[in-house]
Amino acid sequence: MSELRSLYQEIILDHNKNPRNFKKLENADRVVEGYNPLCGDHYTIYLKLKDDRIEEITFDGGGCAISKASASVMSSILKGKTKAEAEELFETFHKLVIGELKGLDSMDELGKLAAFSGVSEFPARVKCASLAWHTMKSALESDKKVVSTE
Amino acid sequence: MSTQSPIMPSEVLERFDVARIRKDFPILSLNVHGKPLVYLDNAATSQKPQCVINAINEYYRSENSNIHRGVHYLSEKATQEYENVRTKVQRFINASSVKEIIFARGTTEGINLVASTYGRKAINAGDEVLISAMEHHSNIVPWQILCEEKGATLRVIPINDSGEIILDEYQKLLGRKTKIVSLAHVSNALGTINPIKQMIALAHQQGVIVLIDGAQAIPHLNVDVRELDCDFYVFSAHKVYGPTGVGVLYGKYDILDAMPPYQGGGDMIKSVTFEKTIYNDLPYKFEAGTPNIADGIGFGAALDYIAQLDWQAVSEYEHELLQYATEVISGIDGVKIIGTAKEKASVISFVLDGVHPHDIGTILDQEGIAIRTGHHCAQPVMQRFNIPATARASLALYNTKAEIERLAAGIQKVIEVFH
Ligand SMILES: Cc1ncc(COP(=O)(O)O)c(C=O)c1O
Repeated sequence: MSELRSLYQEIILDHNKNPRNFKKLENADRVVEGYNPLCGDHYTIYLKLKDDRIEEITFDGGGCAISKASASVMSSILKGKTKAEAEELFETFHKLVIGELKGLDSMDELGKLAAFSGVSEFPARVKCASLAWHTMKSALESDKKVVSTE
Repeated sequence: MSTQSPIMPSEVLERFDVARIRKDFPILSLNVHGKPLVYLDNAATSQKPQCVINAINEYYRSENSNIHRGVHYLSEKATQEYENVRTKVQRFINASSVKEIIFARGTTEGINLVASTYGRKAINAGDEVLISAMEHHSNIVPWQILCEEKGATLRVIPINDSGEIILDEYQKLLGRKTKIVSLAHVSNALGTINPIKQMIALAHQQGVIVLIDGAQAIPHLNVDVRELDCDFYVFSAHKVYGPTGVGVLYGKYDILDAMPPYQGGGDMIKSVTFEKTIYNDLPYKFEAGTPNIADGIGFGAALDYIAQLDWQAVSEYEHELLQYATEVISGIDGVKIIGTAKEKASVISFVLDGVHPHDIGTILDQEGIAIRTGHHCAQPVMQRFNIPATARASLALYNTKAEIERLAAGIQKVIEVFH
C-alpha cells in the first residue's frame, strides 16, 4: 500500500475530486487541447495572457486522477506567473516525474508539486502527469489561438 | 460460451483440472510486485505453454533453415515442419483444403490482405462495406482506407445497450450496394458472441461475401469454417496460446484463387521474367518472402497442445468461470459492467464510479493483477456507451475462481484508496 500512497497522495486525491479552475474561460487568448490517445485523457487548457504574464488559467475535460490532479495543481500554481517562470516550472516538474530532479535541499521548495514525486516510480503514469504541462507549454509557445497536442 | 452445460457448476469447476493446466504455463508462477501474478489480460494476448516455448527453441537449435527452397537436409526438415502446421490449422478450423490456409502476421494483416486484394477488385464507387459498431480498429481502418480510395461507403450495424448487434437493422442495411460484410465473431471490448452463422446466411441470400474476425473467438469457441460457411475467417496465433507474429487467413478456395496477389516477392511466384510473372498456386500466392518460420512452428505446438485438451470440458469451465466472475464483479458497489449480452465469452469490461480505469489498472497492478485499461482499440464502442475507457478483465482456461476473488479484493482496494 505504501507505494500506492506515494502515488495517490492526499493532494492528488483532493484535486481529482475537486479540481480547481475547472471551467471554460471565455475570451481566452489561447485555447489548447491536449490528448493522450493511449488512455483517452483529454483536456483543454485556457490561457489569458497580459503582457508576459499568465493572468488567468483554467481547464476542462477528463481523464485519470493523476492527469486531472496535475492539471488542477498546475492551474493553481501558474496563475500570475511570467512565461519564463512557467517554463522553468515545466522543467522542474518534468524532471520530478521522471525521477531526475537533483540538488534539492528538501521537497518543501517544490510546494504542491511535491505531491507528484511518487509518479517517477510508475513509468506508465508519467504521461498522465505531464499531459497538462505539455499542453500548457505548447500554448505558450504558439502564437495561434487554438492548438492541438498529443 | 454458448454451449449450455448439462453439469452442475461446482462439478464442472472440479472436473476440470486447472491446477494441472497451470503447470504447463511457466509464466503463471511469476511474482509481480511481491505477489503471485494474476493474469487477466488474455484478450490482449494469451500466455504460452512450455511446449510452445520448447518448439521455438528446438527449431533454432536443430532445424533452422529457409523453407521451400533448399534441397539440403535442414531446409527439407524445416519446410515439412512448417507445412505440417498448415495441415494442423486446416483440421483445427475444419477447412476443406490446406490451400485455403494462408499464413499472415496476424488478424490485422489478414484483414488488410483481403481489403487490399479482394476489396480493391470487388469494390467500386457507390458500393458499400458493412461492419458492426463493435469492431476492433483493425476491422474498421482497412475498410475506411479502401472506401476512401474507391469512393465507396462504410456502413455500421448498430448495437443495443447490452452490446448486441441489432439484427433488424442489419437486415435493413444489407442491400444491393453491399459488397462485403466484415464482422467480429466475438467482441474484444464487450465479450459479445455475435450470431454470425445467421448473419452469414442473411448476407449470402443477397450474394454478399462475409469476412469474420475470429481473433477473440478462436481461443474460446469451436470454430468450423465450413459449418459457418464464412468466405474468410482470420485470427492470430498469439491469442490462442501460440507466439506473436503469426496469424491465419482462411478463405474459400475459389474466392482466393480469383483474387489478385497481395505482396510481390519470392515464394509467391512460379516464374519471373521482366516481361511477365506467373504467380504461384494457393496458398503461396499470398505468402511473399521468407515467413515467420520459427513462430509458425511454435504455433503448431500450440495447436497440438489444444488438440490434447478435452475441449468440451474447457468450454464448460470457461463458461462457469465467466459467470462466476460476472456475479462477483457486478456485485461490487459502484461497479458497472459494460457489455451484458446474453451470449458472451471471456471478457468483462467494467467501469467504477468516480475512478478512471487507468487508476484501477495501476492499483491492481500493485496487487499483481494484470488487466487492460483504455479503449481496447475499439474507440467507437467507447463512444457508443459514452465512456472514455473501461477496465477489462479477460479470462483464459488457466484462470481460477481464486484469481477472480483476488480481482474482487483488488477492486475493493481501489475503492479504499479513492474514498
Ligand atoms: C477482435 C479483434 N480483432 C483484431 C485484433 C487484432 O489482432 P492482431 O493485433 O493480433 O493483429 C484483435 C486483437 O487485439 C481483436 O481483439
